[in-house]
Amino acid sequence: MIAAGELHSIAALAQRDLTKLLRDRARLITTIIFPFIFIGALGGTLSANFGRAPGFDFLTLTFTGVYAQTLFQSTAMGMISLVIDRENDFSQELFIAPVSRYTIIAGRILGETLVALPQALAIIAFGLVIGIPISPGQLAALIGTGLVVAFFGGAFGVLVLAFLNNQRAANQVFPFIFLPQFFLAGVFAPIQVLPWYLEIASRIAPLRYAVDFVRGVFYAGSPDYQHVVLEDPATNFAIIAPAFVICLVVGTFFFVRSERNR
Amino acid sequence: MLATKTPLAVDLPLGSNTIVVTDLVKRYKGAELNAVDGISFSVREGELFALLGPNGAGKTTTISILTTTLVPTSGVALIGGHDLARDPSGVRRAVGIIFQKPSLDLNLTAEENVRLHAILYGLFPYRPFFPLMPVAYRDRVRELSAILGIEREMFKPMKTFSGGMKRKLEIVRSLMHRPRVLFLDEPTAGLDAPSRRALWDYLREVRAETRATVFLTTHYLDEAEDADRICILDKGKIVAEGTPAGVKRDLTHEYLVVDAADRDALRLELAGRGIAHRETPLFEIPLDGVGAHAILRSIDTPLTTVRTVAPSLEDAYIKVLAHS
Repeated sequence: MIAAGELHSIAALAQRDLTKLLRDRARLITTIIFPFIFIGALGGTLSANFGRAPGFDFLTLTFTGVYAQTLFQSTAMGMISLVIDRENDFSQELFIAPVSRYTIIAGRILGETLVALPQALAIIAFGLVIGIPISPGQLAALIGTGLVVAFFGGAFGVLVLAFLNNQRAANQVFPFIFLPQFFLAGVFAPIQVLPWYLEIASRIAPLRYAVDFVRGVFYAGSPDYQHVVLEDPATNFAIIAPAFVICLVVGTFFFVRSERNR
Repeated sequence: MLATKTPLAVDLPLGSNTIVVTDLVKRYKGAELNAVDGISFSVREGELFALLGPNGAGKTTTISILTTTLVPTSGVALIGGHDLARDPSGVRRAVGIIFQKPSLDLNLTAEENVRLHAILYGLFPYRPFFPLMPVAYRDRVRELSAILGIEREMFKPMKTFSGGMKRKLEIVRSLMHRPRVLFLDEPTAGLDAPSRRALWDYLREVRAETRATVFLTTHYLDEAEDADRICILDKGKIVAEGTPAGVKRDLTHEYLVVDAADRDALRLELAGRGIAHRETPLFEIPLDGVGAHAILRSIDTPLTTVRTVAPSLEDAYIKVLAHS
């Protein structure tokens, strides 16, 4: 059981990240605008050309894909703040605190999830504006699954960062890790049929399960479900939950080790 | 009036060792030499202990190990009765640290920095805003900001703070949880002379009121003159330790400087009376247990210059490093 003090620490650490976002207007604006370009430009183009030709609405597929991808990537990349703190010497203050190392990392993941939340809400609002039908139930599903995906992205980010020494390395490595996943996870296009080698790569990509989990819940009961969703949400969640724990534990272990075992 | 008016929770009797380091070794990955090479020392409760040494001597490495931010290669250390290897959390609770480079989040306000620290140390529960924090916390913050004279700046982003003010805030923050040992890693590095003096006045006040053990590393030898004990580190090894007066006594000598218009006569007289001296070109006469007055009385040659020279800790320091 987690002690109350650890929960208070997680909340305080998370608030720090949110406070920093709210004070950085340029960052706030750019994080919200970027997904609009994806959905509006890419989704809009595909939708205009294909419409419902493949048997489902392309714009909604792109919307759900970008929604999951944005939350996953936002929290994952947000974890670079751990390295930034190290470079600014602030991580010393955190790592001498008498709290669990997992508490520190969990606080940062929650913080980056909160940072991703305004983006999530902006994407949903944009989706409504461009005419994607979202029922109240689907809205709740998007927010609920979005949180799961954001936590998963954060833990994945910690795992990647544990092996990177500085911000520059992180900024170079992260695009390499994410760009292929955009396609392997079917963010913009369906991946029901893939050549065997891409199928293997797709199944390794964590974003695949995040995107499919969001879609599985969003499309539940819809006729498009069978065309769009790969696995049922329970299966995806059964993969995401242990993967989250493994990423968090292994990532924290190696990150802390790289801090202390120099 | 200070932030920590209540005496520290002291389990050990005053005068007993609060830091005990035995055979501490640290070799960084890929390094050929040990950064810290088998050092052993102890620090008594309530002492001001200064660890001195040139750049790369191993001071920051030692302090990083003792504050749990770095794992030693081998060796044992007990801080406030907690074993560094087995109870790092206990050590963290017992110590406060001012790092060599300020570790404040400049995007937050001074109060938000203090609040985050207080919550991480379990002193107060989490509340999202200052007005929602417990009365005891708000009173403490008001008290601290009054001491530092930053009542208005306390709620502004740290970016507006001067270097000296940031250092003071770090000290205040590190004392929030009433540590038994306060580690200060070159706390005045980069500060101008008035800020240095102000910081040391404040630290003296802190020591007087909290009775905390202070473990200091510094490049400024005059800062170590006030220490109860010093330890000089070079290339990872201890090359001298003891009280500042003791180290000075062991390594340097007080001497008398005299000169005369008739130097030949003075030279002859000193030689004739068997008074050891050296010419630099003034005549330096060591005062090893001999009073300056007695020597002066025995000299008949009219003198033009008379003064005694007491070596500083810096003289001793330079001498010991030259030897090592």
